[in-house]
Amino acid sequence: MSYDGSDQVRGRVDEVYRTESRRVLATLIRLLGDFDLAEEALHDAFAAALERWPREGLPSNPRAWLVSAGRFKAIDGLRRRARFDGALTELALRLETETEPVVDAHAVEDDQLRLIFTCCHPALTPDAQVALTLREVCGLTTEAIAHAFLANPPAVAQRIVRAKAKIRDAHIPYQVPARSDLPGRLESVLHVVYLVFNEGYSASSGDSVVRKELSAEAIRLGRILVALLPEPEAIGLLALMLLHESRREARVTPEGELVLLDEQDRSRWNRSLIEEGLTLARKALSAPEVGVFTVQAAIAAVHAEAKNSNATDWPAIVEWYDVLYRADPSPVIALNRAAAVAMRDGPASGLALIDALLEQGELSSYHLAHSARAELCRRLGRAGEARASYAAALALVKQEPERRFLERQLNSL
Amino acid sequence: MQYLCLIYSDETMWPKMPKAETDSMMSEYMAFTAKAKESGHYIGGNRLQPTHSATSVRIRNGNLSATDGPFAETKEQLGGYYLIEAKDLNDAIQVASRIPGAKVGTIEVRPIAPVP
Repeated sequence: MSYDGSDQVRGRVDEVYRTESRRVLATLIRLLGDFDLAEEALHDAFAAALERWPREGLPSNPRAWLVSAGRFKAIDGLRRRARFDGALTELALRLETETEPVVDAHAVEDDQLRLIFTCCHPALTPDAQVALTLREVCGLTTEAIAHAFLANPPAVAQRIVRAKAKIRDAHIPYQVPARSDLPGRLESVLHVVYLVFNEGYSASSGDSVVRKELSAEAIRLGRILVALLPEPEAIGLLALMLLHESRREARVTPEGELVLLDEQDRSRWNRSLIEEGLTLARKALSAPEVGVFTVQAAIAAVHAEAKNSNATDWPAIVEWYDVLYRADPSPVIALNRAAAVAMRDGPASGLALIDALLEQGELSSYHLAHSARAELCRRLGRAGEARASYAAALALVKQEPERRFLERQLNSL
Repeated sequence: MQYLCLIYSDETMWPKMPKAETDSMMSEYMAFTAKAKESGHYIGGNRLQPTHSATSVRIRNGNLSATDGPFAETKEQLGGYYLIEAKDLNDAIQVASRIPGAKVGTIEVRPIAPVP
C-alpha cells in the first residue's frame, strides 16, 4: 500500500475513534465487567488498529473488529498478570471460555443505554454522576470536565475514581433498569443531562467555547436517549435544550454582555433548532402524562413562536407556569410565574406577587427576585424603589456578566 | 453478593410511641422478615438494645479501655440490621426499601467485602 494510502487509513482510524470509541467502550465494559479494564482494552484496540489497518486495510465492520481486538487484548493482559495475581486467573479463564460475543447494532445500543444508566445511578453523588457521564459516555478528558465546572482536575479525577470503585464494590449492575424502575431512574439520567446543558448555557463560567461544547454534549446525550428510549420526558428535555440553544447567539453581545429575552434580536435565533425543538415539544406534549421538562419546553416553545416580546402569548405562558408550579411548587417557579403575570396583566400585578414572595423569605437571598422587582418598579416609574432593589440584587449576584448587566440597569435609571 | 442493611432511626421516638403503633411496627417487621425468608434474601437480622446499653472498646498502647456509649453520638442511631443475599445493588435497594424502618429512619446498605 502506498504511503498516501496508509495516511488515509490513519485519518479513518481517527474518524472511527471519534464516532465509535464510546460505543466500543460501552460494549467492552459489559463483556469485561470492569470500567478500568475496558478503558485499557479500548486503548489497546485502537493501538492495534493503528498498526494493522494501514497494512491490512480497513475491516468491513470496524466496531466489531475493535470490540473483538479489545476483548482479546484484555484476556491476554489478564493472563499475563494472573501469574502474579491468582484472582485474575479465574476471570481470564471465564472470558476465554466464553464464546466470541456477537456485536450487532441492537446489542451496541443496549450497551450505550447500560452505560448511561450506570453512570447516572442514584447511588452515586450527583457530582460524580455528571463527571462520570461526561468522562465515560461523552469521552471528555478529566481536564476538560474540571475546566468546564471550575474544579481542580485532581478533584474531578478523584471523584471519577471513587465512583468507579463504588460501582465495582457495591455491585451496581450494568443494565437498563426494569420497566417498573424506569421512571425514577430515567429522572436521574435526565437530571444529569440537564445539569450538563445548564452549565454550558448559564453565564456562570468564563470560556464561551468550553460552555458551547458542554451544551453540545448534553444535546448529543439527549439525542442518544431519544433515539434509544423515546420516553416522552426525554423528548421534552431534548426539545427544551434545542429551544434554549437556538437563542445562544442572541443572548450575549460580542462583548460578552447579557441580553434579556425581550430585547434579543430574534432574527439571530437559530430557525432549524427551533423547528426541531417545536416538533419534539409537540410530540412530548401529546403524551398522556407530561413531565416538568416537557412543560418547560412548552414555555420555551411559546417564546420561540412569538415575533417579539409584545406578540408573545403571555396568558399561555402563565398557564404553563401554573401547571409547572403544581408539579413543583418551588418559590423560583412562582417568581417566573410572577414575571409572566406582569407581562400579561401589567407590572403592578406582577409586583404584588413578587412582594408577597419576598415577604415569605425564601427568595430574599436570591438576586433574581430583587432584580425582577427592580425591573417592575422601573416600569412603574418608581425609580427610588427600583434603585434599592437593584442594589439588593447587586449585593447578592455572583456571576460577572450578570453583575455588569445589573450595574447598567441601575445606572440607566 | 451479601449486603448488610443497617437500620438507623431516632431511638428516643420508640418509648414515646403509643402501644398500638409499636405493635403494628413489630408486626410489619415480622411480615417483612417472613417475606425476605420466602424470597431467599434473608440471611440474618436482629434488633439492638438502645445506645444507652452500648460500650465502646479500644486498645491503645496495649491498654484496654471500655467506655460507656456508642462509637458516635448521632441524631439517628443504629437500631438493628438485616444481613441479606441480593443479586446486585439494585436488588439490595429494593429489599432495603421494604424494611419498615425505611419509612421513619434511614437504611444504610453496605456490601460485604469478599474474603480475599
